[in-house]
Amino acid sequence: MSFDYGEFSFDSKEQVLEKSREFWNPGKTDFWVESGVPLVIDRREDYFIYDMSGKRLLDVHLNGGTYNLGHRNPEVASAVASAMSHFDVGNHHFPALTRTALAEALISTAPAGLTKVAYGSGGGEAIDIALKTARHTTQRRKIVSVVKAYHGHTGLAVATGDERFSKLFLSDRPDEFVHVPFNDLTAMEEALRGRDVAAVIMETIPATYGFPLPEPGYLETVKRLCEQHGTLYIADEVQTGLMRTGELWGITKHGISPDILVAGKGLSGGMYPISAVLMSEQAAGWLTEDGFGHISTFGGAELGCIAALKTLEICNRPETRSMVHYISDRVGRGLREIQADYPDWFVGIRQNGVVMGLEFAHPQGAKYVMRHLYANGVWAIFSTLDPRVLQYKPGILLKPELCEELLDRTEVAIRKSWAEVRESGWRAEKAS
Amino acid sequence: MTVEYDLPPIEAPGVPRARQMLERARWAAQAFATYDRDSVLRIVEAVTRAAEDNAERYAEWAVRETGFGVVADKAVKNKLCSRGILETYREHDYVSPRIDGDRKIVEVPRPAGVVFALTPSTNPVSTVYFKVILALMTRNAVVVSPHPAAKQCCSDAARVLAEAAVAAGAPDGVVQWVEEPSVPLIDALMTDSRTDVILATGGVAVVRAAYSSGNPAIGVGPGNVPVLVDATADLARAAKKLVDSKAFDNSVLCTNESVLVVEDAVADRLLREMSRHGAHLLGPEERDKVRDAVFPGGRFDTSVVGRDAATIADRAGIRIPPRTRVLVAPFDLAVKEEPLAHEKLCPVLGLTRVPTARRGIRTAEALLRIGGAGHSAVIHSNDPRTVMEYAAAVDVLRVTVNEGGSTGSAGFSTNLAPSMTIGTGFVGRSSLSENLQPQHLVNLTRIAYSTDPSEVLPSYAGLVPWAAPTGPVPAYPVASNLGDAGPTGPAATRPSSSSDSTAEVREELRRLIIEELTAIIKG
Repeated sequence: MSFDYGEFSFDSKEQVLEKSREFWNPGKTDFWVESGVPLVIDRREDYFIYDMSGKRLLDVHLNGGTYNLGHRNPEVASAVASAMSHFDVGNHHFPALTRTALAEALISTAPAGLTKVAYGSGGGEAIDIALKTARHTTQRRKIVSVVKAYHGHTGLAVATGDERFSKLFLSDRPDEFVHVPFNDLTAMEEALRGRDVAAVIMETIPATYGFPLPEPGYLETVKRLCEQHGTLYIADEVQTGLMRTGELWGITKHGISPDILVAGKGLSGGMYPISAVLMSEQAAGWLTEDGFGHISTFGGAELGCIAALKTLEICNRPETRSMVHYISDRVGRGLREIQADYPDWFVGIRQNGVVMGLEFAHPQGAKYVMRHLYANGVWAIFSTLDPRVLQYKPGILLKPELCEELLDRTEVAIRKSWAEVRESGWRAEKAS
Repeated sequence: MTVEYDLPPIEAPGVPRARQMLERARWAAQAFATYDRDSVLRIVEAVTRAAEDNAERYAEWAVRETGFGVVADKAVKNKLCSRGILETYREHDYVSPRIDGDRKIVEVPRPAGVVFALTPSTNPVSTVYFKVILALMTRNAVVVSPHPAAKQCCSDAARVLAEAAVAAGAPDGVVQWVEEPSVPLIDALMTDSRTDVILATGGVAVVRAAYSSGNPAIGVGPGNVPVLVDATADLARAAKKLVDSKAFDNSVLCTNESVLVVEDAVADRLLREMSRHGAHLLGPEERDKVRDAVFPGGRFDTSVVGRDAATIADRAGIRIPPRTRVLVAPFDLAVKEEPLAHEKLCPVLGLTRVPTARRGIRTAEALLRIGGAGHSAVIHSNDPRTVMEYAAAVDVLRVTVNEGGSTGSAGFSTNLAPSMTIGTGFVGRSSLSENLQPQHLVNLTRIAYSTDPSEVLPSYAGLVPWAAPTGPVPAYPVASNLGDAGPTGPAATRPSSSSDSTAEVREELRRLIIEELTAIIKG
């Protein structure tokens, strides 16, 4: 069977994989085939993705929340498609209709104290803007992030993260980028004491690290320490924003008004790339001093602004908030029921809204579960920086019957992965 | 495989969000369907209280917004459709399983799910009250779509009821409402597969659309109520009942009398009695002017709906005595081309004289051929043979005897089910023949044992699959490492059960209100 997409065509899935290896990324292409997830996403709609083979997968990876509203959300899709008859990417030099409208919409729904918006084309760029903003404001260079942090792969962002991604490209800069253990206030205070830190950057719940939850009071104290030491607090809400925790921005559940808030992924509605940096008046000085300080041709592309405006409107509906609470409640209860059946294998549930990390006893446990979920029609990904933990991220508009279906499939995958691990002779260390 | 690219669908403004209401309602319905009877009753009690507390306010608001009806009468209807409904059904149980030992059948009530309730402009808030309370009694979620002419008072009323429900422990989103109803929006919600049942009260177009939606629907047809007064009737009593009913809320209830059919022998006496209560018999010229005002060019002018007699007389350019409540318009022949033989929804009462009761029955049949099939009729008679003949011949599904039609056929002054939705049955192109009542929103799962005598029905006593919620539904999403200390913990937001003394006071209040309502209705 051949696959004809109009502009291009392939003879078979095998041919796609072959050419993907040849012209695109051999490492990534091979990794997934070898991991038992030979996925080439073809059709996509709602919370489903379809492999070229026609295999249907219920998506609870959502590419980190990019598909928060589902794939090709009809409202976002029609907003962008309609806007194409009037708008294009736009010209970043000038004030723009859509950028202004979106900035106002973002600020009017943001935590108190945030007053200005700068745009990027992706999360990494937005993080770079945030870090540059903090450096400009404080006239300090150092940035503190948590060990195993992940904030993207651009020049500054990559240096805040795990060295797996920075050393590869000789981009680690330990002198300027300090990493402290998560949930360790002593280490944080130590790092800030020298009063030479521009910003602490924190994901409200570190995604790629498997969503370890901040201990009660941790983030609140970090914010206070920042204030004490003249350091800005940057809330990376790329994965925890846009209603995923049951509030528009996860950080507001901690009562924190950050100096800078970064949004990406889901802001695009999954349809047109865009990211945003929301700043307090105090941090936003460079926008007045030198408005051309950061330039990005595609940053805040006007079609992206349309996608983001519609996305934000959907996220802010009372119906959406209510549904997220229902989904969180239902899936959380369902997972606890499953956990009760496999307590030696499925050892923990980290949950805040529909941000969830499922912990397994084996050090690579989430990879087993991921494979069995895939076989049983669910796509969820292990945490790159802690493969014991499966990232499990249901969409914020997931229907009741799909929640039930997801739980049914998950139960089977957990049961089968446990059987596989036991058959391999592996034994859980009781005390671990 | 060649991929075909379709353009994304574009829906009318407001439609996507309205569809999301149905989705939210499904979550609420799913949760609500597990509530036990006590919890349901507590919620309905709270909603009823909120409704009756605001009965006068919304009566005034509805008249101001729509221009229809009488504030005092609307206030009565609002109370009937809140406290009245609760008291009628308080002892009914639409929640707990029922055991039929003889038939070896156990019935488990299963709510419809998401009710999409269309409400009219004529009886706006009372219908919102009625449908919301019916839905809640039966553990359904409801999305109210008010008539555009009454959207403000109805939206506000739905909001007040929704807040009262959730405060009493109902699931979030169990009552929702459309603030800006439009044709594409209503069509979208009616045809959406997430709507489990449509309750359509309104014009013929809305009802037909509901039945064409592909979803289960309960819609009812219009009325055109004949009232036959025969020679055996208590004329003084009939006259008072008839005029009161016709004047009630300026005739906006679809159960109000449309045409008086009276035996010649008693006609003059009846009309004299009626004039004592505020009916004005129009002379031929006056009649023609009123006919032209209500049916200009032979077509009904909806702007006269619910206006009072003085206003209609003014429009017709005739002078009438002060305190006239009803205009009586005589005509000879009950046929389609006679406008006065059609439904009028204003205090204009057609009048036709007949030589005998039998002829009167024929005339009533003729009126039903013109309109109102399956709806209601009234008769004032003390001869059960005539009543039986009337009921068997005239195409209606309820005949109110020796009582006003407005409140009688609507079940507020008879023992019919009190209702704002009057089933018109197959003859009236409806799936419902009774007055709409809670049981119509519940299905039953029947557990059935073998008829084989050796198979014995075990005891199901005390087996109830439902429970009270343990906190707000849904639980607020507190981070899982914050333990049980968060809002998912004890039922902090639930109202504590009232102490004995307040319960007694409430019981006394309830009794007083019912007495008051009964007095108003029985006049």
